[in-house]
Amino acid sequence: MTAPTRPDPFGVELRDVTLSFGKDEKHPALDGLSLTVRPGTITGLLGRNGAGKTTALSLIAAMRRPDAGTVLVDGEDPFENAWTMAGTQLVRESGDTITSTKVKDSLGYYAELREHWDADLAARLVDLFEIDLRKTPESLSRGKRSALGAVIGLASRAPLTIFDEVYLGMDAPSRYAFYDALVEDYTEHPRTVVLSSHLIDEVERIFEDVVIVDRGRVLLAESVESVRGRGVSITGSAAVVEQFVDGHRVLARQRLGGTAQVTLFGALDDAQRAEATAAGLELGAVPLQDLFVHLTRGEQP
Amino acid sequence: MFDGPEPIYLQIARQIRAEILSGDLSEEEQVMSTTQYATTFRINPATAAKAFATLVDEGVLYKRRGVGMFVATGAREKLFAEHRDRYFAEVLRPALDQADLLGITPAEIVDHVLARDVAGSVRSAGPAATHPPTGETS
Repeated sequence: MTAPTRPDPFGVELRDVTLSFGKDEKHPALDGLSLTVRPGTITGLLGRNGAGKTTALSLIAAMRRPDAGTVLVDGEDPFENAWTMAGTQLVRESGDTITSTKVKDSLGYYAELREHWDADLAARLVDLFEIDLRKTPESLSRGKRSALGAVIGLASRAPLTIFDEVYLGMDAPSRYAFYDALVEDYTEHPRTVVLSSHLIDEVERIFEDVVIVDRGRVLLAESVESVRGRGVSITGSAAVVEQFVDGHRVLARQRLGGTAQVTLFGALDDAQRAEATAAGLELGAVPLQDLFVHLTRGEQP
Repeated sequence: MFDGPEPIYLQIARQIRAEILSGDLSEEEQVMSTTQYATTFRINPATAAKAFATLVDEGVLYKRRGVGMFVATGAREKLFAEHRDRYFAEVLRPALDQADLLGITPAEIVDHVLARDVAGSVRSAGPAATHPPTGETS
């Protein structure tokens, strides 16, 4: 078989990374953050506004350096590193384009910059998202500008592609078109993708791994399958439910008359499941979105 | 699709097993590819691949290099046997536990089962009776 040369996907590692912006050293943007992105995975980076997602991603993309700690991309410090920078494509909400010249020029710029750029894919996606090549990015609507960012991120086929809330401003059909394009192209051209998002319901199945960031630290970093298994909701008669959940970590409690629904953190084993079912309790899944909300609700400043 | 509490790969595996049991997927028939699964259901291809790997380990599917995944000959028979074995532990046992809880006696249950049979309920004819393997091997 004569497959075209395919770059090895980059892995990412952040170890005990700290970063403060200017005066505010009491509330560092990153406060001893450690995370690993396995090469070749689609990893979801989830966190509330101000949790440190964008800051962490900007370190990976070598746009700044941490105050302390280690940042490694493909095993190397990415700062002013020609190898990792050439292989890392960061797309932010703005679309990361040259705003003052035509869209066509932005695409041409990335075609030059990115070794594995796929012009056919770019053209197909520009059609799909109905982006006018003759316009300048700044004259595009917010949604079209985000879509242009998505095009650049996908067509770059970079060993490490980072989409930082790229969906903002995109309407639902455009977002789903983006997810479909991402899954399809990733399946055919495996590489490392990091995607930060608030719209967890929409993207959780695309992820292989999930990292939840909260207040500059990592709260949870696991495969999405095990995160899904982390939460369980238990519904039934209040007294039975309360007796069953005693000793477990309870994330949320709801009561309606004699019926209670309790959300637990921590998987149940088969024996516990059987016990719950025998006691007439109903077990349910906890969507990643709900788990995220419960875990990050904490005492916000 | 795939909204249950279990990991998605287990749900995919279960769905494929169910399709084989029902005859919707015949033996030696090709299964959707990882890519088709990923793009059709908008899921990570690794999730689909994990489901296939599980089924290959079970001997339900096998891989033809460069072609794709196929339902193994004998898969339906095998799944029937396994599901029959598990029926008592996984389906009947919880139902009987619940009967205990409700004070329903074994005699009542037996009466109910016998009455149901007399009423002429349909019994599964087993794997051999329907959907014989199509044998469209290459």
